Amino acid sequence: MPKYTSQEFKSDQEVRWCPGCGDHAVLAALQRAMPTISEELGYEKERFVVVSGIGCSSRLPYYMNTYGFHSIHGRATAISTGIKVANPDLTVWQACGDGDALAIGGNHFIHAIRRNIDINIVLFNNQIYGLTKGQYSPTSRFGAITKTSPYGTVEHPFNPGSLVLGAKGTFFARSLDSELKLNEEIMIAAARHDGTSVMEMLTNCVIFNDGTHKAIADRDVRADRTIVLRHGEKMIFGKNRDKGLMLDGLCLKVVTIGENGITEDDILTHDAHTDNIGIHMMLADMKYPDYPVALGIIRDVKDITYDDGVRDQVAEVAAKSRIHCMDDLLRSGAVWEVAD
Amino acid sequence: MQHEVIDTKDVVIRFAGDSGDGMQLTGSLFADMSAVYGNELSTFPDYPAEIRAPHGTVSGVSGFTVHIGREGVKTPGDFCDMLVAMNPAALRANAKWLKRTALVLVDEDTFNEQGLSRAGFKENPITELNIEDRTIIVAPITTLTRESLKDSGLDAKTVAKCKNMFTLGMACYIYSRPMEYIYGYLEKKFSRKHPELIEPNKKVLNDGYNYAANIQAIPNTYHIEPAHMKKGLYRNITGNQAVAWGLLAASEKSGLPLFCGSYPITPATSILEELALHKSLGAKTLQAEDEIAGICTAIGAAFAGSLAVTTTSGPGLSLKSEALGLAVMTELPLVVVDVQRAGPSTGIPTKTEQTDLNQVLYGRNGECPMAVIAAHSPAHCFDAAFEAAKIALEHMMPVILLSEGFIGNGSEPWLIPSMKDYPAINPPFATDAEGAYRPFERDPETLARKWAVPGQKGYEHRVGGLEKNHDGVLSSDPQNHEMMVRERAEKIARVADFIPELSVDGPDSGKLLVVGWGGTYGHIMSAISQVRASGHEVSYAHFDYINPLPRNTAEVFSKFGKILVCELNSGHFVNYLRGLMPDRSYLQCNKVQGQPFLVQELVSAIESALQSMN
Repeated sequence: MPKYTSQEFKSDQEVRWCPGCGDHAVLAALQRAMPTISEELGYEKERFVVVSGIGCSSRLPYYMNTYGFHSIHGRATAISTGIKVANPDLTVWQACGDGDALAIGGNHFIHAIRRNIDINIVLFNNQIYGLTKGQYSPTSRFGAITKTSPYGTVEHPFNPGSLVLGAKGTFFARSLDSELKLNEEIMIAAARHDGTSVMEMLTNCVIFNDGTHKAIADRDVRADRTIVLRHGEKMIFGKNRDKGLMLDGLCLKVVTIGENGITEDDILTHDAHTDNIGIHMMLADMKYPDYPVALGIIRDVKDITYDDGVRDQVAEVAAKSRIHCMDDLLRSGAVWEVAD
Repeated sequence: MQHEVIDTKDVVIRFAGDSGDGMQLTGSLFADMSAVYGNELSTFPDYPAEIRAPHGTVSGVSGFTVHIGREGVKTPGDFCDMLVAMNPAALRANAKWLKRTALVLVDEDTFNEQGLSRAGFKENPITELNIEDRTIIVAPITTLTRESLKDSGLDAKTVAKCKNMFTLGMACYIYSRPMEYIYGYLEKKFSRKHPELIEPNKKVLNDGYNYAANIQAIPNTYHIEPAHMKKGLYRNITGNQAVAWGLLAASEKSGLPLFCGSYPITPATSILEELALHKSLGAKTLQAEDEIAGICTAIGAAFAGSLAVTTTSGPGLSLKSEALGLAVMTELPLVVVDVQRAGPSTGIPTKTEQTDLNQVLYGRNGECPMAVIAAHSPAHCFDAAFEAAKIALEHMMPVILLSEGFIGNGSEPWLIPSMKDYPAINPPFATDAEGAYRPFERDPETLARKWAVPGQKGYEHRVGGLEKNHDGVLSSDPQNHEMMVRERAEKIARVADFIPELSVDGPDSGKLLVVGWGGTYGHIMSAISQVRASGHEVSYAHFDYINPLPRNTAEVFSKFGKILVCELNSGHFVNYLRGLMPDRSYLQCNKVQGQPFLVQELVSAIESALQSMN
C-alpha cells in the first residue's frame, strides 16, 4: 500500500475559481484529507473517484489527480450511485452546489440518502447560483435580492441539514469553508462512515453573494455564533467557553455557565451516534441569532448500505441458484424438444 | 349432424373479457401448450391501460390473440377463426375481427340486462352486430363453473376466478389440444402456496372439455398438425424477456457484470423485472427514483466498468435526452432500450407504434448522433440486444435498441441457441499506456477510444459533458470542437463495416422494393407472400440497423424503380432515407392507430404501388 502526499492528489490543471472564493479552501481540505483516508481505510489513489454535476464547485474533479466525472446539472448523485453500486470497492466523492444538489438534483439527493449509498457528498452551500451569475438558489434566505428576485424572494429556503435528516440520513456534518482543520476532520469521518455522508460547507461567493455567511463566519464573532459539536463532548461554545446548550422542555436553550447556578454538568453532551433523529434535527435547525449555528458532525449512525445490500444479494442468490451461465438459463423452465 | 375433425393449416383465436377475467393467462397458456405441441405460433396481448377498468365496459376489454399453425405463422393474424367473449363488451369490441366462418363462444351468464347495457346493446347483440351467420356457441360458463366446483369447498370469489379454465377446456376440445401441459402448469403454480387449488382447476378444465364434447352446438373440431420445425430444443419467448436475456448473454460474452438502472414504464417494465430475477448471473438492477436517474446510474456504472443498460419507453426516453448527450460526449458504452408505445406524451401506453424513430435519431441538443438498431420479432430481440451491447462495448458509444410494445409483449417459439455460437465481445480496454493514457485517443479503425476503469493504476483521468481534446483536457478551441464532432459521427458511420449487409428477399432488382424496419417484419413478410401468391413479383428488404444503415443500402436501392417504405408512424424512416439517398423514388405506407398493420392493409398498399407503376 503506497503512502501518498496531498500533492499527489492535486492535478496539473489550473484552478479557475475566482480569487477569494470559498471553494479553494474546501478543495485544499479534501486534498489534505485524502492521504489519511487512503492510509487509514486502505484505498489506493486509483480507487478514488470524484464526481460532480454542474456549477462552480462542480469543476472540482478537474483539480483532483484521481478518476473523475464532471457530469450534468443535478445528476452527480445518480452518477455516483451507479459508480458505487457497480463497484463497491471504490471510494466515491461528490462535489455539488446548493442549486445542483437541492434544486435540479433534489430527487436524486434525497433518494441516495434514503438508500444509504456509501458515497461522500461535499455540498458547497453559497446560497446563490454563481456560474449563471447571481440568481437565487433553494438555500437563499427569504427575501434575498438577486438578479431573478430584484424585489426579494418570496419563498422559504431549504436547510440542507433538515432535508438530510428528514430523509433519515445517516451522516450529516456542517462547516465553514475556512475551517480547514475541522473540514479535514469531517472528511475523514465521512470516509469512515458506511453510507451517504453529507458535508455541508458554507462557502462564500465573493462575486455574487459576498458575505452571505458573514454574520456567523467573521473571525471576531465566529466563536460566539457557532458551536462545533464533537461526539461525547459537552455542547459548549463562545470565545470564553462559557456558553452551552441545555434542554428546556422540548426545546434547546442557550445558557451561560456560572449563571443561575448552571454548571458544566448541566450542559448537554453531544451524541452523534444516537439513532434519535429528533435531537440531531434540533441541532441542525439552530439559526443565528437565537442559537449558535451547529458545525461539526451532527449525526453519524450505523445502518446497512444499499451497495452492500445489492452485492450481498447477488452473492446469496448465486450461491443458491442452479443457473450459473447463459446456457443454464436458456434451457431452464418450459422447453420442448422437436425431433426430426 | 356428423361430427368431423377438420385438418387445418392455421387458426387465429382471440380470448377476450374484462381485464380481471384472466384472458391474458388463458391466451398465453393456450399459446404455450400449442408451442409444446409443435405448432408455429405468434401472440398479441392487447389490453387496456387500467389494471381493473370499469367492469363490463368496452374500454375495459382485455384481449389475447393466438395464431397457431403448421406453417407460415409470422403474425398474430388479422381476423380470427374463434372469438371467446367472456362478456357482451368483449363481443362488441371484437366482432369486427371475426372471419365469415368464425366460431364465437360467449358466456351466456354475462349476457344479462346489466351486461348488455354496460356494453351499450339495446337489443339482441348478435343481430345488432350483424353476426348472425357466424357459429355462436352460447354456454352458461359462470353457472357451469359454479356447478363444477360446488363440492370443492372454495369460496365464491375463488370459484368465479376459475371460469377461464372452463373456457380453456372448451378451446382445448375444439382445437384437439392435449391438456397435460396445463396440468403441469397448475401443479407448478399452486404446489407451494395453494395446493388446494390444483385439483379444482384441473376439474374445471376437464369439465369444460367434456361439456364442449357433449353439446350439439359445436359442429366440428379442428386439428392443426405440428409444424415442420427444425430439430432442437425450443421455448416460447416474449420480446422483453429476449431483450433481457440477450443483454445477459452479452454480459457473459464480455466478462463484464450487467448493471441495469431503470424506472418502471409500460411497455418496457418487464425487461427490468426479468433482469432483477437473474442475480445468479451477476446482474445488478437498480429501480431508480426517475427516468433520469435510471440512465445516470447506468452511465456511472459504465464509467465503473460494467455493461450498463437502461430500459424505457418514449416518454422516459424524452426525460433521458440530456443524459444521452452525456453518454455520447463521454464516449462510454451504454445500451438504451426503447420499447415504443403510442404517443405523444402519455399517448396510449399499452398500444404499439414506431413513432420514436425521429426522437432517437434527432432528439438531443448539439451534434449528437447515436447508433440505432431495431428488433424485428420477439425472438430476434435476443440477438438485437446482444448486438446492441456488442457495438456499445467494442465501439465505446451509447447504442439505442428500438423495440415495440407489439414484439415486446408478443411471443413466439424460439430454437434455443447455444452460447458457443455467439462471438466474444472485446471492449478496447486501455492496457499499455500507464502514465501516458490519453482518454480520447482513437483506434485508427473504429475510432473508438480506449477504456480505462477506476481501480486501474496509472490511468486516472476525468470525463464529462464539456468538450475535450484527445488528451482529455477541456478545450473550447473551435477547430478541436469541430474535429471531435466529426470524429464522434464518423465513429458511428464506421460501425457499418462491422454489421451485416442488407439482404433482399426476392429478386435483387425489379420495379418495387418493399422496405420495413422493426416489429412490422412478420406482417410485411406475410403480405409479400400473399402478393407473390397472386402472381406479382416483388422484393423486400428489412432493416435491423437504422444508424448506420448497412453499407450496401444505396446499392440495393439503386436496382429498383421505387421503394415502398411501410412503417407505423407518419413517415420517420422514409424521410430519413430521403435525406440520405435523395435521388431514389419513394412511396410510403403509414399507420398511426396504436395497432400493428393488418396484412390486408399491406397487401393493398403493395398492390396499388405495383399498379401505379404499370
